[in-house]
Amino acid sequence: MRKLAALLVLLLAACGGDEAPPPTFHGDNNPQRLSDWGMMAADQDALQLGDGVTPYDLATPLFTDYALKLRTVWMAEGAATYDPEDAFDFPVGTVLTKTFFYPVKGDEWTGAVSYGDEHTVKDGVMTLDGYRLMETRILVRRDAGWAALPYIWNDDQTDAVLKRTGAVMPLTLHRPDGRAEDFAYVVPNANQCAACHATNAITKALQPIGPKARHLNKRSTFSPAFNQLDYWIAAGLLTGDFTDDATAKQSADWTDGSLPLAARARAYLDINCSHCHNPGGAADTSGLDLEPDATGPAMGHCKSPIAAGSGSGGRPFDIVPGHPEQSITVFRMETTDPGAMMPELGRSTAHDEGVALVAQWIAEMEGACG
Amino acid sequence: MKFWIIAAAALALTACGEKATTSTPADASYQETLMTQLLDAQPGDIIEIPEGTFSFDRSLSLAVDGVTIRGQGMDKSILTFKDQVAGAEGLIVTASDFTIEDLAIEDTKGDALKITKGENIIIRRVRTEWTGGPKTSNGAYGIYPVQTKNVLMEENVAIAAADAGLYIGQSQNVVVRNNRAEYNVAGIEIENTMDADVYGNVATNNTGGILVFNMPNLSQPGARTRVFNNDVTNNNTKNFGHKGTPVASIPAGSGVVVNSNDQVEIFGNRITGNKTANIIVASVYSSGLSQDGMSADFDPYPEGIYVYDNELGDGGKNPDGLDLQALKIAKFGPLGALPDVLWDGFVNPDKRDGAALPLTEILCVQNDGSEIINVDAPNGYKNPRLAARDHDCAMEKLTPITLTGPLAE
Repeated sequence: MRKLAALLVLLLAACGGDEAPPPTFHGDNNPQRLSDWGMMAADQDALQLGDGVTPYDLATPLFTDYALKLRTVWMAEGAATYDPEDAFDFPVGTVLTKTFFYPVKGDEWTGAVSYGDEHTVKDGVMTLDGYRLMETRILVRRDAGWAALPYIWNDDQTDAVLKRTGAVMPLTLHRPDGRAEDFAYVVPNANQCAACHATNAITKALQPIGPKARHLNKRSTFSPAFNQLDYWIAAGLLTGDFTDDATAKQSADWTDGSLPLAARARAYLDINCSHCHNPGGAADTSGLDLEPDATGPAMGHCKSPIAAGSGSGGRPFDIVPGHPEQSITVFRMETTDPGAMMPELGRSTAHDEGVALVAQWIAEMEGACG
Repeated sequence: MKFWIIAAAALALTACGEKATTSTPADASYQETLMTQLLDAQPGDIIEIPEGTFSFDRSLSLAVDGVTIRGQGMDKSILTFKDQVAGAEGLIVTASDFTIEDLAIEDTKGDALKITKGENIIIRRVRTEWTGGPKTSNGAYGIYPVQTKNVLMEENVAIAAADAGLYIGQSQNVVVRNNRAEYNVAGIEIENTMDADVYGNVATNNTGGILVFNMPNLSQPGARTRVFNNDVTNNNTKNFGHKGTPVASIPAGSGVVVNSNDQVEIFGNRITGNKTANIIVASVYSSGLSQDGMSADFDPYPEGIYVYDNELGDGGKNPDGLDLQALKIAKFGPLGALPDVLWDGFVNPDKRDGAALPLTEILCVQNDGSEIINVDAPNGYKNPRLAARDHDCAMEKLTPITLTGPLAE
């Protein structure tokens, strides 16, 4: 009988109660609950980051159906090694999280979501009143490489549960101009995570996409006295051959109208497209390269499609200078047909503001396709 | 004692469980099963698809080497994507040593089956179909291996793709045999691929039957394709491809088309009833591409094309497109027909020692009684001429493809 009592205590302890576990690296098992990682805990009123879990953000983020995002980094030990171009080299034991959430439209949760201004953690806490947590994706660096795990938040908004096959959730987006639009919010399955994160399609090794020097090189949202790269160095998250933020590459903030149009458009295409559209990426089958340094036909200038099918939208070239309405790039961003749209994964709605930016960039280009 | 432990454990687990209600979508029975099998697959696994029709709302994907997916037959195990809301393919495979056989993939929003960057790939007795027939809104490709090596595609059926039914791109060492392609824009397309044998296939009622293409801006140019012993008949379906795509420029009524590719051998085929021309040899310049949009190292000229011993007939009677229609009427009369072999006439003026190649290194035709027309496309079709005598020559024959490794026969 004593055995039974001990077992009960053990089982109940496993339930967790109110005590959130500390941040934990799971090197070879995939916990069923997000809370087992200890990166964050939520109790309906607020989401609290675990000890030593650092939030970060990007100069220009990936568009995901207007979801707001909270990104964190935590390392069991050690620090990431700086790289001027590619994703930093993170040590085994690194856990990156990205939590997707929406401002709720209305008082009750009915699946109606709206645009929202940036909402994020302050001193490790993010208020949840008026917000709905959708999913948290974990990228964990294990001995064998990075692994990607999608967790879906429960209805109570108290924890998220592993769902390796992903999910489709019907939502309604309320746009600022009053239009309401039903859409399918899609949580990727674990293989689809790789569709973006295997940035080199030959090695098929998963890589983080956001934590690159150029995306992080901005004023820190969370410690505004610091540049974010400097903050990572100061916090011991980053080491290596880093001189200073002034000489490191820097992506433009796509919303910052004071920056050159081309820089903003290229930053947008970089973060949204270049994980596949790079010379070793999954989309090199198309011959289109949307990394920031690509030029000429490689970046779409007067380039015919290869295997676009309906993705051509009946237009002749990826970019027709001066003519966004004739450019396939713009069509692929506007459409929500799964067989034609770009990116292939990660959105079911059109990003009107992103489309407008790229269209304006093409509209102001000079020349023609001869 | 044992009972109590179980009951207590159950109680404790229930207590946990209540907190963990998830928002899993309701009906996802076989979709969840197959997705999980694909995620958990280990090398050597055979994933059996039972008999039945199964519906999916998202793409399927496989990223593990050494897996076989096997159905019970292309009319028995049917994966339908009519209700697809996300994903650009039906099934995408990013793995090597992959076999898929005996099933059907229907009505995907984009491509039906895409396989990228793998080696040792077998695609056998798979049917890909858009069940509403040829429509521009159909997905682009039926069966689509790209950047693959050592590939066998056999006894498949591809119907109503808005680009190509069976398409192999940027690949090496490929055998495409005994397939059937119908009501696609392109029946079978070999693009930027090195060393392919295409034989024993039936391509009928497509816009173009069998295409051997090279496109600019890609990782490799293609060369060395043998197209033989195929049945390429009545490919007269109106082009329903999307404007802007390379196949949208294929005239309806094209039998076998070579575009900008080199060393292509076309022999022993039955190519009949294709109303523009049974065989077309052309440059990318005839496809409406922008010269500003081509990588500098791209070679747009077809060279080393050898046509012999085919059964050709009943072609060229009603060519698609105003230029060719006008040319036919002017040259052969309203009741006449364009010759069996049509060449657009683009040559590289600076290929060797500052001069063009002799015609006998560009195109040889030894096909009993077949006439060739050079349509003079570089000069706006001003001076089309019959040219059989210029091309009565032979070329060195290509070596048959040998599949290797696990595909060796």
